[in-house]
Amino acid sequence: MTAVASGGRVGDGSVAMLRQMIRIRRFEERCVELYSRGDIRGFLHLAIGEEACAVGVTEALDTDDAVVATYREHGHALARGLSMGAVMAELEGKVEGCSRGRGGSMHLFDAPTRFYGGNAIVAGGLPLAVGLALADRMNGRERVTACFFGDGAVAEGEFHECLNLASLWHLPVLFCCENNLYAMGTALRLTESETDLSLKAASYRIPSWEVDGMDVRAVREAAARAVEAIRSGGGPHFLEMRTYRFRAHSMYDPDRYRQKDEIESWKQHDPIPTLSEALLAEGVLTAADLVSMEEAVDAEVDDAVSFAESGTIEPVEDLERFVTTPAPADADGGRRS
Amino acid sequence: MTTVTFRDALREALREALRSDDRVFLMGEDVGRYGGCYAVSLGLLEEFGPERIRDTPLSESAFVGAGIGAALGGMRPIVEIMTVNFSLLALDQIVNNAASLLYMSGGQFNVPLVIRMTTGAGRQLGAQHSHSLEGWYAHIPGLRILTPATHADARGMLRPALADPDPVLIFEHGSLYNVRGELDDHAGPVDLDHAAVRRPGRDVTLIAYGGTLRVALEAADRLSGAGVEAEVVDLRTLRPLDTATLLDSVARTHRAVVVDEGWRSGSISAEISARITEEAFYDLDAPVGRVCSAEVPMPYARHLEEAALPRAEDVIAAVGRLGGCGGSDG
Ligand SMILES: Cc1ncc(C[n+]2csc(CCOP(=O)(O)OP(=O)(O)O)c2C)c(N)n1
Ligand SMILES: [Mg+2]
Repeated sequence: MTAVASGGRVGDGSVAMLRQMIRIRRFEERCVELYSRGDIRGFLHLAIGEEACAVGVTEALDTDDAVVATYREHGHALARGLSMGAVMAELEGKVEGCSRGRGGSMHLFDAPTRFYGGNAIVAGGLPLAVGLALADRMNGRERVTACFFGDGAVAEGEFHECLNLASLWHLPVLFCCENNLYAMGTALRLTESETDLSLKAASYRIPSWEVDGMDVRAVREAAARAVEAIRSGGGPHFLEMRTYRFRAHSMYDPDRYRQKDEIESWKQHDPIPTLSEALLAEGVLTAADLVSMEEAVDAEVDDAVSFAESGTIEPVEDLERFVTTPAPADADGGRRS
Repeated sequence: MTTVTFRDALREALREALRSDDRVFLMGEDVGRYGGCYAVSLGLLEEFGPERIRDTPLSESAFVGAGIGAALGGMRPIVEIMTVNFSLLALDQIVNNAASLLYMSGGQFNVPLVIRMTTGAGRQLGAQHSHSLEGWYAHIPGLRILTPATHADARGMLRPALADPDPVLIFEHGSLYNVRGELDDHAGPVDLDHAAVRRPGRDVTLIAYGGTLRVALEAADRLSGAGVEAEVVDLRTLRPLDTATLLDSVARTHRAVVVDEGWRSGSISAEISARITEEAFYDLDAPVGRVCSAEVPMPYARHLEEAALPRAEDVIAAVGRLGGCGGSDG
């Protein structure tokens, strides 16, 4: 997706990526406020600090490619092009939400952008990605499926089964591992006998690269290279993005297991100032551009919140709708399952 | 008597088990350094060390299966699966190994394993984090299924579960962890074979367990205001079912309503209803009623989730439908 930058000059797309990252950051910061007010409930997993992964990979995709994500997927959804209002309305449980308010933060879905969710079972999305890619292969379509998952997923059997299958069948999947060094409270070094995750992919004969997940341009470049290789018949590829979440695992997590100075040192590599400072230094962006970009994003977040707040709740009579596919004649009428 | 949370009672039971038997150890995701996803095992790593409080990678099938193997090898493992939702990744090990080994080995290999997991909905966690599959597990011969609903059971069920030579699954309802209650200072092991009458009554029997016990008790209180005295039976153990206690109660009340957070079709409530009908048909003055969760993947939106779950008013309405209970509702 090549969004055109607003408030910046169109160059190599970096300004657009900066804007996307700021959108995601501000959106999630607002989510924290809404959560403490009780407007958002359930589990809320923030990707503050990890924005470059979602944005860099998504920038390298075409509109008809597919995305499969995890429960930490606000950024992926926004980068993919879901409207901020629809995502916020989902978090507030409204019908105008991208999943009608039935999914919540962990289950964002959007058919038009081929955004297949929103999966809250660790490693649960990988088989879907393999299948989506299989369907593309069987239909002779040159599409790519990007599948995001965390470092924790690498320990699950499904990860290994899926990498093997994708490689064996030479399927167009881009495996995107967001390695933030922790799976909930457990550090990667305590759960993996081999902590170099790209080696695991390589053992399935999948070309794999490590990339600095705090540098959105590096992520996009690696993803673009991988996507091009996949499209030209190179089979699955694997990106390990080294990143870090600045906040706790979820709003329930007291975050007792990480050292303050570790968190602080990663904040020195915050992907947003890293890029904005570079763009200012390169003369691609002016300080005034940045201010107006931030103002525009703030306005967009305000609008999204108003949109969500003025949204409607689904009538209880529709509770059983969509348990199975409604009969065609009745598609809008709400057949009871 | 001391006031403790349900969580504290569970932790005390773990501590006692670890102290009293060197073969006992706890393993699961984030049970050690993190202190447990729901803080049940908080502090145990410091007390018992990493050999006995073992953090595992995210690999449910492997560590549940390893628990089975360790049990075969002479240990007394307690495996924690964060929630029932993730137990689906270990279903093969639970059903094809834990539940079957003794029988298919002709009685040679028993599996003295305890698996604990959180269950249930009610916290707006959506479709993949809100399952109540304990009734489903109760379908499997070879397993014992426990559903503590009181502090005494939270404290007392683990010890007999560990003493059981066969696999025991303990389902802890997520809405109970923070509930405070009185616990006897000398609270100890409890019996696992009997359902318990939590509230005596003469007009109707409400049958509940785990997370639905509170719903049934609330309904009983409100019914009492309307002149209907409901007896509330807590199943405690879903497999093997204590049918005798149910039949005894129904013989006195002549009416029964089962309150189950599982889906209605093919549920434990269906089993209970069938047993009462098979064995006490002529005691009944009305068909057995059921209040279950709506047959939908759990929705996120609060009002929809509330509508999908068994509520006290649903129980009261179900009692009303039985008719003839006396009182203004009857
Ligand atoms: C199969 C399964 N087991 C356990 C959980 C509970 N859980 C949710 S997120 C998480 C940590 C996952 O870590 P990682 O894959 O590194 O992703 P991150 O949260 O760091 O983005 C755990 C243990 C789950 N959702 N699914
Ligand atoms: Mg992680």
